[in-house]
Amino acid sequence: MIRDIALGQYIPGKSCIHKMDPRVKIALTFLFIIFLFVANGYVGMGVMVALVIAILLFSRIPLRQYFKSLKAVIFVVAFTSILNLFYGSGRVLVQVGFMQITEGGVNRAIFITIRIVCLMLLSAALTFTTSPTSLTDAIERLLRPLKIFHVKVHEIAMMMTIALRFVPTLLEETDKIMSAQKARGADMESGGFMQRVKALIPILIPLFVSAFRRAYDLAMAMECRCYHGGEGRTRMKVLKARKSDVAITVFSLALCTGIILLNIFLPGAVR
Amino acid sequence: MTTDPNKKDEAFIQTEDVTFSYGDTVPDDVLKGIVMHVKKGEFVALLGHNGSGKSTLAKMFNAMLLPTGGVIYSGGMDTKDDSLLYEIRRRVGLVLQNPDNQLVASVVEEDVAFGPENLGVPTEEIRKRVDDALKAVEMYEFREFAPHKLSGGQKQRVAIAGIIAMEPDCIVLDEPTAMLDPRGRTEVLRTIHRLNKEKGITIVLITHYMDEAIEADRVIVMDDGKILTEGTPREVFSQVELLKKHQLDVPQSTELTHRLKAMGVDLPDCTLSIEECVAALEKIRPDFACCEAEEDRKGGAGDAVD
Repeated sequence: MIRDIALGQYIPGKSCIHKMDPRVKIALTFLFIIFLFVANGYVGMGVMVALVIAILLFSRIPLRQYFKSLKAVIFVVAFTSILNLFYGSGRVLVQVGFMQITEGGVNRAIFITIRIVCLMLLSAALTFTTSPTSLTDAIERLLRPLKIFHVKVHEIAMMMTIALRFVPTLLEETDKIMSAQKARGADMESGGFMQRVKALIPILIPLFVSAFRRAYDLAMAMECRCYHGGEGRTRMKVLKARKSDVAITVFSLALCTGIILLNIFLPGAVR
Repeated sequence: MTTDPNKKDEAFIQTEDVTFSYGDTVPDDVLKGIVMHVKKGEFVALLGHNGSGKSTLAKMFNAMLLPTGGVIYSGGMDTKDDSLLYEIRRRVGLVLQNPDNQLVASVVEEDVAFGPENLGVPTEEIRKRVDDALKAVEMYEFREFAPHKLSGGQKQRVAIAGIIAMEPDCIVLDEPTAMLDPRGRTEVLRTIHRLNKEKGITIVLITHYMDEAIEADRVIVMDDGKILTEGTPREVFSQVELLKKHQLDVPQSTELTHRLKAMGVDLPDCTLSIEECVAALEKIRPDFACCEAEEDRKGGAGDAVD
């Protein structure tokens, strides 16, 4: 049923990727994604692909899981790469009517495919190996500098925490309301598109009412426990970067510098 | 958390002629001059049916609501004093009815840590408090569970642990068992009785189940925003007529004894538990002349077990 929807897709484990500091994981994931687009030569891209494969292997999560996460983007990948085939310059390889496939186009298609696939795999590796709570914790810490611009970092993180907490509760509630409405003869499976959308109304209204009621209760419970924003708050679990995290960060930065150097000294395949 | 034996009789919560109304739209006052107190280390049950004002009163003990008239002192602090707000809320914890809606985090131990985190307790100390609080409610093995994987009674005990981790002097529970199954009810009641006895935490249990009040030190019955009667459970429940007049129930065994007594059977004024009732009936059993009364006893005892 509706309850089976996997949340956050976290797959518990004890690999070295699981144990990494979530802040480092998030930061490096972003860094690598940027460098997937920076690398413009086959050597640089080869390094990136090797890196992604290494991360997948080190995470000790069945590769089948990663393939599943790719399924969703197969269409996008196919579409963009075909489109890119015809878009480019250089030596003409095939002429189809007024369209032509060029060497540059082929390179582009290959690169865009690798980039999207690696991007998906990297973000999958992040969500598979990091629990939702440590993700929100890490995001709160990473966004902290934004406080200078009066961004309510703590509040954003608290909202994410509460949202994650209540997703299963509200899903369960939706299930209950659906059963209740079905028991009263509501028909949700037949009819055209508009009819089905209309059938959702008797589910959404009670769901919203109950969500508001829950929010009211929760706000009261939070106040009872002396919640007064992020000011003067301490944490039970403090994120600590270990030596291995520092080592991994240094290694990653070195790798990225290498890719920049490759870009400069080896002419890239795509511009 | 600990009680100074010399101060045992000191009032922890004291209300002086408290009135409350929800603004102009609701004409009647919800509370109409409440004078009551709760002693340190005491277990008080606050009874009353829906709309009697008992939940409103409960929310005043930790300054969630402020009285329209009169004063409330919690732990010697005036609840109207804004500068003492967090100290009052730390010392008087409030557990609400719906166990689902008061858990904040998606991991049990992180939820229990929420209170101490807000208070700015140092990290190592929080860890210790969380472990102790979870052990106190017998939920330590579940510390890494997600709340939605727990039963209602377990969730409610986690909520209680969340309050205990703030090291309060008093816990106010607003109908904590209303949404639980019988097993969850027993779990929660056992937990709060143990906290009262072992840690000396003052307990105010708000309920409309009469059975839950039997084991309290003192019972306060509210009706229509006023205090109807108060005293030990025995004193209160022996006034069956008064309670019935205000549409309040008495425990089933108490009612049985009362009815039999009214019929002329020689029984004590009030029995609180099924065991007590059975013992009283056993004692007079030789006097039973007809088998009708015998059947009455069987039927009555059977009812009470339900």
